[in-house]
Amino acid sequence: MFQSIGEILILFWKTICSFRVILAQRRKILEQLFEIGNASLLMACILSMFIGGVLALQSGPVLAERGLSTYIGGLVGLSVCKELAPVMMAVFIAGRIGSAMAAEIGSMRVYQEIDALRTMNIDPVEYLVLPRLLAISIALPLLVVFAILVGWLGGAMVSASNGQIGVPFQAYFGHLREMVEVHDVANGVIKSFFFAVVIGVVSCHQGLQTFGGPRAIGRSVTKAVVNSIVLILILDYFLTRLLLALGI
Amino acid sequence: MKSPSAIPEGVRVEVSGLSKSFNGSPVLKSIDLEIHPGEIFVIMGPSGSGKSVLLKQIIGLDSPDAGTILIEGEPVTSRTLLNRVRLAMVFQSGALLNSLTVGENVGLFLTEHRLKPKAEIDRIVAEKLALVGLQGMESRLPVDLSGGMKKRVAIARALAIEPQLLLYDEPTSELDPVMAVTIGEEILSLSQRMGLTSIVVSHDRDLAFGIADRIALMHEGSILSVGTPAETRASRNPIVQQFLNAKLKRENN
Ligand SMILES: Nc1ncnc2c1ncn2[C@@H]1O[C@H](COP(=O)(O)OP(=O)(O)O)[C@@H](O)[C@H]1O
Ligand SMILES: [Mg+2]
Repeated sequence: MFQSIGEILILFWKTICSFRVILAQRRKILEQLFEIGNASLLMACILSMFIGGVLALQSGPVLAERGLSTYIGGLVGLSVCKELAPVMMAVFIAGRIGSAMAAEIGSMRVYQEIDALRTMNIDPVEYLVLPRLLAISIALPLLVVFAILVGWLGGAMVSASNGQIGVPFQAYFGHLREMVEVHDVANGVIKSFFFAVVIGVVSCHQGLQTFGGPRAIGRSVTKAVVNSIVLILILDYFLTRLLLALGI
Repeated sequence: MKSPSAIPEGVRVEVSGLSKSFNGSPVLKSIDLEIHPGEIFVIMGPSGSGKSVLLKQIIGLDSPDAGTILIEGEPVTSRTLLNRVRLAMVFQSGALLNSLTVGENVGLFLTEHRLKPKAEIDRIVAEKLALVGLQGMESRLPVDLSGGMKKRVAIARALAIEPQLLLYDEPTSELDPVMAVTIGEEILSLSQRMGLTSIVVSHDRDLAFGIADRIALMHEGSILSVGTPAETRASRNPIVQQFLNAKLKRENN
């Protein structure tokens, strides 16, 4: 395990060192961005709608019983932007995009495509890892901004339509605006950037580590997703502490 | 440091004391070979004897347990070698990039290293594809090709690099006899025209004896004999004779 962490850090460092070829690889970065957006936007929309909705559904009646139902906007607003949107989107993207990265690079490994690149003096880190890592680090934070907005909307819709809660749109968003500040949104977006780096590096590393026949690709995909999610949840705790200490 | 054009002709390859084991079982046992600039060196041997492993070592894709491989006197593992010498390898399976079209695969080296303008690359790609009998196939994807066609695209891709050392792993397996002859002629004319060094791993006895300057016979990770085609035929080593005759018998059937 410590060996893997070491290798992952080395891969991350090599990728950073290859930043000088960003311009040369810009077309591949755009392609990757497009692919990530295409593969995840609709699903992210549905997911965050329901996350906001269920949050309102669970907490709304409890607040209403105590006559605090107007607080629902702030409660849903803060939970979605600081915790639920970044973590749920990261987990979703690990499953949707991290798995695809590990599978694609893993199959390139197994079918000797990476060997072919190396004989052509094309660095797999520059050619494969850099575009993917950059694309996911741009895409996930954007996706989280989008998920936050949709999640708020989902919470508002449930709050307004559920008879036990009965908080109209205006009251919901009024309280939300009172409670949620720009730095709360920034908090979630910053965290998601680090999650994206974790997903990208872990999945590419796992893909490059694939060894053996086609069955090894499946193993790599599973490992990439599981390791990404575990690391995201651990990192989330420490990032939250750090951001709290920094007052963000 | 010299630019890639500093050595226009074939390169010298020296392999000494090369050993490699996988999981404790030796695959290469202290191999010594010297391959001269510009020659066509064919490595024959039964399957599983370590030929593909040896090729991968020579081109620096894998590191040896012991021994050295020098290309033009420089270790193949050195970082600067690939800036100085152009190498190419035709993999047994082709190893085309499945996400790219045939044309993009053939032009990959030139595109990634920005060696030529786009129109020029397109022209070279068309020329190399025509050479292997696949003209007009630029926009096809590798998944739509047969095994033999993939192999030919892989050869075209290697040719587009204009290498000084070209390694072929079973270049004619999966090809029909006519195409096999065409590829054999192409290997020959390339080495004559550009003077590049070729190392060919093959089971194909006709190909081996037709194109080789020298033939090495490999058996269970060791080199049994090295010599010109005539010397190899005349070898008194029983395993060499067994290998050559077994092939003959099968071909007579
Ligand atoms: N990466 C590897 N890991 C373990 N064993 C390997 C590996 N590559 C090759 N081998 C073994 O080395 C032996 C020689 O393989 P190879 O060079 O592919 O034979 P061939 O002469 O048919 O090309 C085989 O027994 C093969 O199983
Ligand atoms: Mg082989």
